[in-house]
Amino acid sequence: MSEVLKNRYEFVLYFDVENGNPNGDPDAGNMPRIDPQTGYGLVSDVSIKRKVRNYVQFSKEGQDGFDIYVSEGAVLNNKQKEAYEANDLKTKDNKDDKLTAQAYMCRRFFDVRAFGAVMDTGDFKCGQVRGPIQLCFSKSEDVILQQEVTITRMASTTEKENASENRTMGRKYLVPYGLYRLEGFVSAKFAQKTGFTQKDLDLFFESLKLMFDQDRSASRGKMSARKLYVFKHESELGNAPAAALFDLIEAKLINPSEPSRSFKHYELTVDKGSVPEGVQLIEML
Amino acid sequence: MGYGVSLHVSGDYALFSRPEMKAERVSYDVITPSAARGVLEAILWRPAIRWVVDRITVLNRIEFESVRRNEVGSKIPPRNVSAAMAGSKVDLHQYINEDRQQRASLVLRNVAYIIDAHFVIIPEKAGESDTPEKFYNMFLRRARQGQCFHNPYLGCREFAAKFRFVEAQGERPISYYANDEDYDLSWMLWDIEYEQKEFKNKTLYSFNPRFFHARMVNGIINVPSEVSL
Repeated sequence: MSEVLKNRYEFVLYFDVENGNPNGDPDAGNMPRIDPQTGYGLVSDVSIKRKVRNYVQFSKEGQDGFDIYVSEGAVLNNKQKEAYEANDLKTKDNKDDKLTAQAYMCRRFFDVRAFGAVMDTGDFKCGQVRGPIQLCFSKSEDVILQQEVTITRMASTTEKENASENRTMGRKYLVPYGLYRLEGFVSAKFAQKTGFTQKDLDLFFESLKLMFDQDRSASRGKMSARKLYVFKHESELGNAPAAALFDLIEAKLINPSEPSRSFKHYELTVDKGSVPEGVQLIEML
Repeated sequence: MGYGVSLHVSGDYALFSRPEMKAERVSYDVITPSAARGVLEAILWRPAIRWVVDRITVLNRIEFESVRRNEVGSKIPPRNVSAAMAGSKVDLHQYINEDRQQRASLVLRNVAYIIDAHFVIIPEKAGESDTPEKFYNMFLRRARQGQCFHNPYLGCREFAAKFRFVEAQGERPISYYANDEDYDLSWMLWDIEYEQKEFKNKTLYSFNPRFFHARMVNGIINVPSEVSL
């Protein structure tokens, strides 16, 4: 087993989308999410968490301790069950002991260990696990354009429709290009509570880098992780305010008069000289 | 007593859910004392201390925005967990495709507050070395350096808070509502009183929400130290 985390971390991930919809808004008929006041694009925290979960599920399929609690569709979990039965995870017979149950959930499920989960019935009212990883909404660096593309279908669903010669028109929404910035935090103190290890963190960062490559679909277009900067503090509680660290990294359009259409149109500046004492800046991607 | 601290807290979004509207969450207009306590506890908390929020200064204009997200409808049943631990074959996964709810949240935009608070020592939990001076200086050190136990948040964890310490003699930003003599925020959650009782060898937990009538005078909400109906 690797070590439980001993350092606080913050991270900034830049990812972009080309001709795709990174995160639809159910309120707006699945148009790309947008901040109505500024016109900047948004991607919700839960959307990114879903991708991390999926990546871990693919990459650690059947491995002990990397099961995913909040699953998408059916999982081949018999393998995992066998692993569990083989390991004889019977604890002492204290069924009311919520801490035992929590520890079991944390040990077995990566997403419970990383993001936390709510376990609740009438017996104990605070069966909540707060995970060490906290993500914010991702925001695009510039105003995005929500484009609506109308498409047609050559087949029809019903006989009636087929007879009428009317072909169905469908709609797709896309963002021609958007560079998004995700900020997140890792609390060492919470990691110690859920047993989130250094190895788990490495897996989490790996999933940030590769999750878009396992999430291709007709609506997503081309999404890629572009840059991942990690701030590692020397201490558990941290050595500098998070806001000051996030301010060190900036993405700017090289030519603001032209619309951005590729990652090359942006210039990322990292103020390495101003990284405070006791904080290490690691460029992971 | 007498050790007051001031903290400047801000963020792009915030959601302090009203208890009467929880399915489709609607935020209160301003931060509740209980959420403010949570922000302070994220920076420093020990069993021997209890934070008391004295005043909340609302710096920015109150603005709302709606966000709709896919959410999971149910929680983890601990009974299934116990069963799995005992070795029986229950499926412990949650399938979001079958248990999905789309919910809107009315969140606050672009918020900034100054929280004025102090802490009191709980005598029965305090050890020999637990002096107010010790905790006060710990808080100062952490808040000035931006250290925290976990990153504080504004109501929900996806809405992270930036914080900085406001020195006693330091400059305080002017509230947007500085000229507003009386802004009635009506009844708001003050805090939840948690209790733990032993009864017939079982631990019973109870929690009572307490409410207060919030009024903003020139941008400042004075939080009562005790509320009773």
